[in-house]
Amino acid sequence: MNELIERLRNKFPVKDEVFQKDTLSFITTEKSQAIELVTHLRDYEGYTHLVLLTAVDWIEDGIFQLTYLLNNPTEKKDLGVLVMLDREDPVMTSSHHLWAAMATYQRELFEMFGISFPGSPRLEEPFILEGWHGIPPYRRDFDTKKYSQETYFQRPGRETHDPAEHMKKKMYPEG
Amino acid sequence: MSLEDIKKRTVLDPDGKEIEIDPLKDYYCAATPDMKMEQQKSSAPIIEKFANWARSESLWILAFGTGCGAIEMRPLMTPKYDAYRFGIQWRATPRQSNVFIISGYMSVKTLKRAIRAYEQMPSPKYVLGLGSCTINGGMYWDSYNTINRLDHYMPVDVYVVGCMPRPESILSGFDTLKKLIREGKGEGAAKYAENFEWYKKNQKQIIQDWDMPDYNW
Repeated sequence: MNELIERLRNKFPVKDEVFQKDTLSFITTEKSQAIELVTHLRDYEGYTHLVLLTAVDWIEDGIFQLTYLLNNPTEKKDLGVLVMLDREDPVMTSSHHLWAAMATYQRELFEMFGISFPGSPRLEEPFILEGWHGIPPYRRDFDTKKYSQETYFQRPGRETHDPAEHMKKKMYPEG
Repeated sequence: MSLEDIKKRTVLDPDGKEIEIDPLKDYYCAATPDMKMEQQKSSAPIIEKFANWARSESLWILAFGTGCGAIEMRPLMTPKYDAYRFGIQWRATPRQSNVFIISGYMSVKTLKRAIRAYEQMPSPKYVLGLGSCTINGGMYWDSYNTINRLDHYMPVDVYVVGCMPRPESILSGFDTLKKLIREGKGEGAAKYAENFEWYKKNQKQIIQDWDMPDYNW
């Protein structure tokens, strides 16, 4: 993995390498060159299989992290390419031309996180949610419990116990 | 369907003439369910009683799995639990069935399909809520996308508690349902007709892009 990253470093801005295990590493790259890096990995380094594209909402730092997880089927290795996006203006270059599945991932991210991929096919069509208004539900500032309580009808009588406290009271009533 | 499909528009008829169509009026029946028709009873109590017995012994289930509970219906259909010996059978379309099993959690997207399916079923029809998700939301009670109380969107005759209920509990639920029907209490369709406005209000409150007729019969 080390050699591969050294080779990549000659061509692309690569930083923050994480060697999770022998067969899995992560690298961070610049937004502007990320798709070129992913294309290079696919065409020259044997990372021909797209495992997934996903996002993480780092709300405290004001960024969305995109993870392109790629797999090399001959070497049986995985490489994650991380891209940081500005949370205020989450737009990323579309890469639907690389893998057919990419368009679906991008549609999902657009709906769930509000990350836009201009030019991606059927991007703005409803994917899982239909007729969703308001902020995308996977963003961390979306309060799912509050939304549920306001939107759906609660049945009274629901009780919640902290498991530790509950068992303590039950097993040692004298304390 | 989408919002486009139910919009008024001009189309060319086979003769090449331009005609205006209004899908909601032309393709669907605009009438709402008729409570009097749903509550119609035979004049002789003994005949009504006989009819109820017959209804209770022929339950035709709509094979529409809305959540994870649908997996419990496979052992029920097959020799292990064999629900067919109790006169319970699965059918492929709503027009052929009279029991709707809401099997577990119900997302808003599925609810829309479930309402369409329920309204297309012929009366008398019964709804069996399976699992705690249909009662109070179960483990998805704080989810942004699943409803909490099924009985606000369609009338429920029997709830089967559990997460998930075993096939034995579902059979016991059918027993209860049969008892209710024999006692003449399986009046879900009449209840739906009577409180039609209220059900529609609740349904439309959560289904934002309502792109179907109000009553799908």
